[in-house]
Amino acid sequence: MSEPIRFHFDVDGENFSSAGEASVQVKRMLRQIGIPPEVIRRVSVAMYEGEINMVIHANGGDADVVVEPGKVTIILKDTGPGIADIDLAMQEGYSTAPENVRSLGFGAGMGLPNMKRYTDDMQIESTVGVGTTVTMTVLF
Amino acid sequence: MTVNELITKLDLEVLSLEDGEREITGGYTGDLLSWVMGRAESGDMWVTIMTNINVIAVAALADTACVVIAENAEISDDVVAKAKAQGINLLRTPMSAYKVCNEQILL
Repeated sequence: MSEPIRFHFDVDGENFSSAGEASVQVKRMLRQIGIPPEVIRRVSVAMYEGEINMVIHANGGDADVVVEPGKVTIILKDTGPGIADIDLAMQEGYSTAPENVRSLGFGAGMGLPNMKRYTDDMQIESTVGVGTTVTMTVLF
Repeated sequence: MTVNELITKLDLEVLSLEDGEREITGGYTGDLLSWVMGRAESGDMWVTIMTNINVIAVAALADTACVVIAENAEISDDVVAKAKAQGINLLRTPMSAYKVCNEQILL
């Protein structure tokens, strides 16, 4: 595997039930190319949390996954409302998710902390009113 | 203990059984899905009363050995079909989550 392998997904912001489709597909593809199971788990959980965030807050967006030797990079880009205070958003338990999302078991304020927990590096670039790009890297 | 053994010993209702020989190496209970994703480990028996379709994605991504729906919580056919499509072991019981965990530990 010398050339990077790239996957692209459109995350549908309208459909909460199908959130996770991209992550499940990535999981399947990573398994097919022989990535270790614990790495797959970290990548797919981090990506799923990001997908859910894009559906809840940003009406969807674009998800790109790049697989290189020893490294998986996940780039999630949306044109949602942006994050005004990233430090606050990173705190476990802090959430701005609406009530209907909470009744589904989300909105516990664990999404971004989980993404950080499961990846080796996470960068958030966000401008209020413009959008957010989250770049996560998992090394193995 | 395998999922098949758990089903027999706790007399669980089988909704979807794709890999009954999967080994259960631990357990986790919770209904907040992000909490489960952050804390549950691969190979866990996950006990929950949450039954929406996102439960199946969480089980797949967190790689739990099985999902046990407690308190006979109602679950739609769509969710069961999704579990089958994604190879998720999905079980159900009238027992509370507390009771399921207690019984499993005693096995």
